Amino acid sequence: MDNNTILLDHGSGGKIAHSLLSEIIIPLFNNDTLSRLDDGAVLDIAPAFQYKKQIKEVSEQHVNQKEFEVKGQFQNPAKEECENRVKIAFSTDSYVVDPIFFPGGNIGDLAINGTVNDIAMCGAEPKYISVALILEEGFPVDELTTIIKTMAEAAKKAGVVVVTGDTKVVPKGKADKIFINTSGFGVIPCGIYVSGSNAKPGDKVIISGTIADHGITILSSREGLKFDSDIKSDSAALNGMVKKILSISNLESKSLSESDNLSKTDTNSFLNSTCLSEQKNLQSNYGVHVLRDPTRGGVGTTLNEIASQSNVRINIWEDALPIKNSVRGMCELLGFDPLYLANEGKLIAIVSPESANRVLEIIKQDEYGKDAAIIGEVAAIDPPDKADQFSYEKASKETFGVFLKTSVGGFRIVDMLTGEQLPRIC
Amino acid sequence: MALKYVSEYRDGELANILIEGIRSNVFALNRLKKCENLDESNEKLRFMEVCGTHTMSIFRHGIRSILPDTIELLSGPGCPVCVTAQQDIDAFIELSQQDDVILATFGDLIKVPGSFSSLQKEKAKGRDIRVVYSVFDAVEIAAENKRKEVIFCGVGFETTTPTVAASIIMAKERGVDNFSIHSAHKLTPPALSALMQNPKVEIDGFILPGHVSVITGTSGYQEVFDKYRVPSVIAGFEPVDILKAILMLVKQAISGVAAVENGYERAVSQSGNIKARDIMNQVFEPCDTLWRGIGLIPQSGMKLKKIYSQFDALEKFKIELKDTPEPAGCACGQILMGLKTPELCIMYGKRCTPSHPIGPCMVSSEGACAAYYRYKG
Repeated sequence: MDNNTILLDHGSGGKIAHSLLSEIIIPLFNNDTLSRLDDGAVLDIAPAFQYKKQIKEVSEQHVNQKEFEVKGQFQNPAKEECENRVKIAFSTDSYVVDPIFFPGGNIGDLAINGTVNDIAMCGAEPKYISVALILEEGFPVDELTTIIKTMAEAAKKAGVVVVTGDTKVVPKGKADKIFINTSGFGVIPCGIYVSGSNAKPGDKVIISGTIADHGITILSSREGLKFDSDIKSDSAALNGMVKKILSISNLESKSLSESDNLSKTDTNSFLNSTCLSEQKNLQSNYGVHVLRDPTRGGVGTTLNEIASQSNVRINIWEDALPIKNSVRGMCELLGFDPLYLANEGKLIAIVSPESANRVLEIIKQDEYGKDAAIIGEVAAIDPPDKADQFSYEKASKETFGVFLKTSVGGFRIVDMLTGEQLPRIC
Repeated sequence: MALKYVSEYRDGELANILIEGIRSNVFALNRLKKCENLDESNEKLRFMEVCGTHTMSIFRHGIRSILPDTIELLSGPGCPVCVTAQQDIDAFIELSQQDDVILATFGDLIKVPGSFSSLQKEKAKGRDIRVVYSVFDAVEIAAENKRKEVIFCGVGFETTTPTVAASIIMAKERGVDNFSIHSAHKLTPPALSALMQNPKVEIDGFILPGHVSVITGTSGYQEVFDKYRVPSVIAGFEPVDILKAILMLVKQAISGVAAVENGYERAVSQSGNIKARDIMNQVFEPCDTLWRGIGLIPQSGMKLKKIYSQFDALEKFKIELKDTPEPAGCACGQILMGLKTPELCIMYGKRCTPSHPIGPCMVSSEGACAAYYRYKG
């Protein structure tokens, strides 16, 4: 590390933040799960017999046993992998946003939605959340109540339960009003495998709605930036949307595989989707390869992380990026690039070309996805000889990366954010 | 808040028409040169965009990638952070270290490394350094914190200086006497003049800054132009504006008649903003000043007039500007004059990166090196 003190940049989610991770944190904790750098850790937790027993118990209690047998859940030896593993996604995040109240939400719903989304991006269904509060002495109880109320509402809406927590108070001035940590986990239905390292050439890149809403809201709400504006944070839990994406692409893959003659399927319960999954080709991933929420560092940084993890190029089209006019205007005034501003209720889905339109439709039907769009595609590192619409002659020789076709037909690299974006002078 | 006149000037179809115009004119120019048996080694057209905002826009919209190879764009000395001398950066840092001081600055400046520290590092050590979006915010901070001294880092060109002047007038009227500035403000025309008279600098045309020209007007460049007669076009900042300016410069190259043309009529007038200039001249007066990497340019800086010296932070805190060498090996100066492109600097991309900048051109978002690095030239 170049610095001997921590700078704000180390928390920006950009390159400088990555240097802290790669040079200090990851080497010292030194394990494969952490090194993967996905939104959450994906863990195998239960030995085979426990899992089977659990499934059996639940199925006896709540589900018609015959249906299971018809589906062949316990009989199919080819699905050994599923029977022997339960995978969970585990994630944690701390929230220190300033201001704590902003248009579209407050630090409370942000803390619930953020962790719910991190878990959902692993392909898991978030279930249980922990909440740890660090409060500054003198913080008004009214404000705390409002925040907790918002958290409860957000948890309810996301279908998660806050099951454990902690509260600490520090002397005035030793923390800024309120900091919140949330952790949580969810179970990954068997057969689901989404990861930042899973993008494949030919895949389409989908964004679930307008970008930069949260980032520009926080900037304009911050002290000293008094702009009138109709923009508000997009803070939202996306687990419902993820579930639809995964279950419907799941059904689609079933119709493609034609390996059984299942009739109508109910994908609502985790158990059922587990059963279904087991009958699919486990390698297929149902056409959904990557799910990520582009929070700090924005779409530009997240796509760079995916390109690096998957060792691919990602080409995006400026004209296709959904950006609200008001957000675009603020970005122009302040000199910010919307590609680097945070989102708190958006996801990036990288999906096979065959399923792209279907997934896009599903996202568009979701309450948080009406502005979804296909914004680009994944390409192999070695560009084809017949240069496509991007001019590869002028591209750098970098192995992977994100490339933008501008609205005037130009071409540029979208690098990872370095540190915090700062407003320009003139 | 929807901004007007943005998407209209990013229209792909219109951009294509302009690019075709540039291509056909460049083609014609080269054919004409051949007919006239002119030296072919000189066939590349070297245009300099003076302003850092242009540099950013050119990179951001990928304009280099759509221009014919025979046009080369160079970044000039128009990024205010980049041209701020090391001694001024050090002075800002020293000011931030004074007791009971709040230092207010524009964001770009805080990462610039001084000789020993940077404002960002001082902030991490607990100094009260605040990023403001307007100098008037700094005056407000002073009015609200009467027991502290509030110092504003005065950096920028004709676009910024009038507002700083207005803030001084305001502070005086309101009796906000705990407010002061260190002025490292600069003027554009003297810098252009310094560039043009340098025999090493070979430039076929200038893309002149749009915002600065709103204040100076087209007439602000006349004196310099009359002396050196280099084709010049004032341009706006959207891609269509920049392509239009390049087309106008290529046409000047064909006609062989150099002129100062206004390609940004929707914002720039002949006489400019007289009121803004009056306010600027009421508070400031021209002085000789150091430019990063370029050196001393006569009458190119703006210092506070005697009657406003109570607002001079250096006088208030008895701080003197020191002769400080610029970082060894840093080619920012040559880059700012169009003598080198960033990748020719030995430190570029190696010791000097946006995460660990050495020269200011790598720090400012509008700096040529940062733009090259970010968008990979």
